[in-house]
Amino acid sequence: MKYLWIIFVSSLLLAGCDNQDHKEGPTTKGVYMLLDTSGTYTQELVKAQHLINFTLAKLNPGDTFAVARVDTASFSEKDIIAKVTFDDRPSIANRQKRQFREKVDAFVKSVKSSGYTDITGGILQAVEYLNEANVGKKTILIFSDLKEELKKGYVRDIPLQLQGFNVVALNVTKLRSDNIDPREYMDRLQKWEERVNAGEGTWKVVNDMERLESIILD
Amino acid sequence: MSINEIYLLWSESAAISAVIWAVLLVTLTYLARNPMHKMIQAVAALIQHAFKQASTSLSEAEKRLTQRNTEVLIAEGQEASEHEIEREFERIHNIVEKDLAEYPTLHRKINDVVTQMDEDYKHSADVPPEAPGWAKAVDAVAKITTSKNDPMVGDILDSIHGSMEKNHEKTLEEYRKASRERHMLLQKMQPAWRGMNKDLKQVDQDVNALLERIKVVDRHMESYEKIIHETDTAKKTLSSSSLTQFFVAGFVLAIAIGGAMINFNLIARPMQEMVGGSSTMMGYKVANIAALVIILVEVAMGLFLMESLRITRLFPVIGAMKDSMRIRMVFITFAILLMLASVEAGLAYMREILSQDDAALRASLLDGAAQAANASDLSDRWITTAAQMGMGFILPFALVFVAIPLESFIHAARTVLGMAAVTVLRSLSFTFELSANSAHYLGQMLVSVYDLLIFIPLWIELKIKGAQPQAKKKGASGFNPLDTQTMEVSS
Repeated sequence: MKYLWIIFVSSLLLAGCDNQDHKEGPTTKGVYMLLDTSGTYTQELVKAQHLINFTLAKLNPGDTFAVARVDTASFSEKDIIAKVTFDDRPSIANRQKRQFREKVDAFVKSVKSSGYTDITGGILQAVEYLNEANVGKKTILIFSDLKEELKKGYVRDIPLQLQGFNVVALNVTKLRSDNIDPREYMDRLQKWEERVNAGEGTWKVVNDMERLESIILD
Repeated sequence: MSINEIYLLWSESAAISAVIWAVLLVTLTYLARNPMHKMIQAVAALIQHAFKQASTSLSEAEKRLTQRNTEVLIAEGQEASEHEIEREFERIHNIVEKDLAEYPTLHRKINDVVTQMDEDYKHSADVPPEAPGWAKAVDAVAKITTSKNDPMVGDILDSIHGSMEKNHEKTLEEYRKASRERHMLLQKMQPAWRGMNKDLKQVDQDVNALLERIKVVDRHMESYEKIIHETDTAKKTLSSSSLTQFFVAGFVLAIAIGGAMINFNLIARPMQEMVGGSSTMMGYKVANIAALVIILVEVAMGLFLMESLRITRLFPVIGAMKDSMRIRMVFITFAILLMLASVEAGLAYMREILSQDDAALRASLLDGAAQAANASDLSDRWITTAAQMGMGFILPFALVFVAIPLESFIHAARTVLGMAAVTVLRSLSFTFELSANSAHYLGQMLVSVYDLLIFIPLWIELKIKGAQPQAKKKGASGFNPLDTQTMEVSS
């Protein structure tokens, strides 16, 4: 009887103290961010920098974060600007976040625009990276106008395998041609949504950066 | 064949069909009356008996549980009373050992003082100076009449007078000296008197305290005797005491759990620095589990400490230990507690450092370098740091005292849960009893409703049978068609 009470009180404490969701599998988050560096979109990179800082602030020890550029051929590890899996210890994780930010800052200062935009290659690279990282929740952030321009000879008509992935398109700017015919913009978004849904992933478009927090923390 | 076709089997007219069907059904129902009544009665009796049996079983279980509860209540009351009497005897023992153990010394001291005073008193007795022995010789010389004018006699008398004067002065001086000494002796006796008076007062106080304790023991013994004889007063008192203890101890335990949660939050985050922040075990973060384990170890050490100090009696093994071993255990558990409290204070300090680092990083990432500088340059943060460290150090010691309400709660919970179980059993028993009676009366009601449906043939039957006595009707058919009260009321 005495011991039953002790067990009861312990369980109560454990239940009362811990307010985390308890799900099977890894509970860490993985975020892979693709930065479009083609054409005039490089001007938007300052916004991307804020976004990266924001994401860094929201991630916890054990989470994984990588930032990669989208250029002519994005299906490559060389395009990863910075990547990190945060240490379990909070103090080390904070140090890693500072180093990560420095790398991104250096990249934004020295970035040169690319001639083509291989978004599909970037997504394939993101899928590969996050699957290897073995994280619980996988998010791919695409900071781009979503207009894919492939160099001749590059094959990207590949079905995407996005089970368990959340794909979020950020700051999808309207091009001059979109303004002339908005259907182009809508068709572009529609095409990407279909591709992601066909790959069994979830698709979202966020142009209001204030809503990003709920997406990362969900 | 559809239902409509069956309905219109006898006639094309719905009304005529309805009448034919009604007559047919009433006739069939009338013919099946006796078997139907028996069936309804049998089903009602079956349900009634089942519920009745369940009610009886529950009632017996309730009685057994009540008996068991009383036994437990009496046993616990007896144990508590024995404990109190034991404590009172310990106190008496302490009084006897501490104060009255010195009684022989005190007695000897008082005897010495009395002897000394007696001697001093004897020495201070007033002894009158002895009259000089040669006074008679002087008197004889003075009576010589013939020689009164003799100058020689006059010289002798002058000489005697001088000697007597001297002697008188000397004797007076000695007498004064002796008186002074006696006064000195009497003066010396005064502190001895006072000392003795003080000692006697102390003895009086000790004896009175002992008498008070004995009165308390008497009271406890009286209560103990009532418990032993299982009087109603004792049962009521114990039961009421258990309920009060249960709620009071529960309230204090709730406060203690709140304290433990605060303690947990103080050390859970810095624990991530030691065991990692993302690894999980059974769905819970390892850091949280580690923090909780530390708190539970503190509570366990607190329990052992209280047990070793014989304040609580949750573990009979510890209570039965040798005193030397028990005292060693007190020191060991206290040392472990001290170490854990120091660790907690360190972790609380680490928590503050991490919070500052987090704030600085967050500010630099989200709000720019200026605010980052502000975030890291808060000079008055030492107050919160000191407060956290202080709480981290004090809370483990505060948790030690959880043992006392926990013991009360556990002991009272047995009684309270027993009483609750008795109430539940009693309610269930009552419900089953009610259901049994309901089944019985429902059976009666169904029989009446059945007869109501066939009241026309029954009325005709009654008219045919005429004015036969009701009792005879009963005897003839075994069942009175208009009397539903024939069913046995077994409630």
